[in-house]
Amino acid sequence: MPVNVISAGIATTIQDMGRPGYYHLGIPMGGAMDRLALRAANLLVGNDEEAAGLESVFVGPELEFTEDAMVAVCGAELPPKVNGEPRATWTAFPVKAGQVLSFDFLKGGARAYIAISGGINTPAKLGSRSTYAIGALGGIDGRAVQPGDTLPLGKGAKPRSEGLSVPQKLRRGPGSPAELRVLPGLYWHRVTEQAQKDFFDDTWKVANEADRMGYRFQGGRKLEFVEREQPFGAGADPSNITDACYPYGSVQVPSGTEPIVLHRDAVSGGGYFMIGTVISADMDLIGQLQPHTPTRFVKVDMETALAARRDQAGTMNAIREALS
Amino acid sequence: MAKHEVKSPIPGTFYRKPAPDQPAFREVGDTVSRGDTIGLVEVMKTFHEIKADADGTISGFPIGDSEPVMAGQTIAELD
Repeated sequence: MPVNVISAGIATTIQDMGRPGYYHLGIPMGGAMDRLALRAANLLVGNDEEAAGLESVFVGPELEFTEDAMVAVCGAELPPKVNGEPRATWTAFPVKAGQVLSFDFLKGGARAYIAISGGINTPAKLGSRSTYAIGALGGIDGRAVQPGDTLPLGKGAKPRSEGLSVPQKLRRGPGSPAELRVLPGLYWHRVTEQAQKDFFDDTWKVANEADRMGYRFQGGRKLEFVEREQPFGAGADPSNITDACYPYGSVQVPSGTEPIVLHRDAVSGGGYFMIGTVISADMDLIGQLQPHTPTRFVKVDMETALAARRDQAGTMNAIREALS
Repeated sequence: MAKHEVKSPIPGTFYRKPAPDQPAFREVGDTVSRGDTIGLVEVMKTFHEIKADADGTISGFPIGDSEPVMAGQTIAELD
């Protein structure tokens, strides 16, 4: 018995933990931009934590249920409503057959993850149900959810109690300014010492060009490059390099003006230098940044990055424990 | 005192004109009907039309052209 999509918001996609293993062929891993939020939502409704749910950006969908289910909304503060009655985020609540789940205006963050008991059971493509719209892969016919779609649900969710909730201290959202930790990368030497300092001193803000592929930032000083004769195969702009692989989280700065952090639907390679890479522990946070959010990049070393990754894994373990 | 506030459901940049070289969709004093486009919000490389969700006369635009808007913020006041 499916869930009927009445309206879809502006960009609601089916996402799970993605399809790692094809990036070398140009197919990104995709998956929830804020993975911790999707995992938490799944745990709240008794699903396998890697089950597919909905990722809604800024605006929630309207969904009509044709069977009883448990639902949880984690990540952005996008207040859910059942037949118009408000429900809490980060908390399991029941939706009965015939009821409609809708959402109020966004109060904070950018992406809400909607888990439904049983998980969304669309066909997996290359091992994942995640929607990679640019490649027309996964989801429903490789695209975002549309009005009139029906979302098939799986079975086997463990029973979960209404009101089960992720403790407040384990919910992570961006501060103001948001801070993204960056490990300087292979091309660090390409910008001047002054530019290396400015990049981390300046407060940037999220541009409107911010989506699953990458997040663009504006407002910091232009980066100056160390002069060199451009190598064979590199374009004429000093920000160009001979084509190279782009890691997830890598920060390219075309012409030295507006940094772009590549995210889950990243392009796998190209000819822009990368000043560094946002550490894996802060990737989830990027998915919760609204346009115009003031943001600082914080320089870290590998040791700090690995410690942060352990902390992030610890937070996830604490959520698992709290919800078990 | 405005009787009704038209809010943007999405964050982004608010525009009162359909294109930079064109006049604004609506001016203060214009009457609008439910469903009329009042402005655009640009986000994620897309422009979204913000439509009036009530009938009325526009008494003010609290957010200027090309200014940032947050989700749930009022973009036009109707009397």
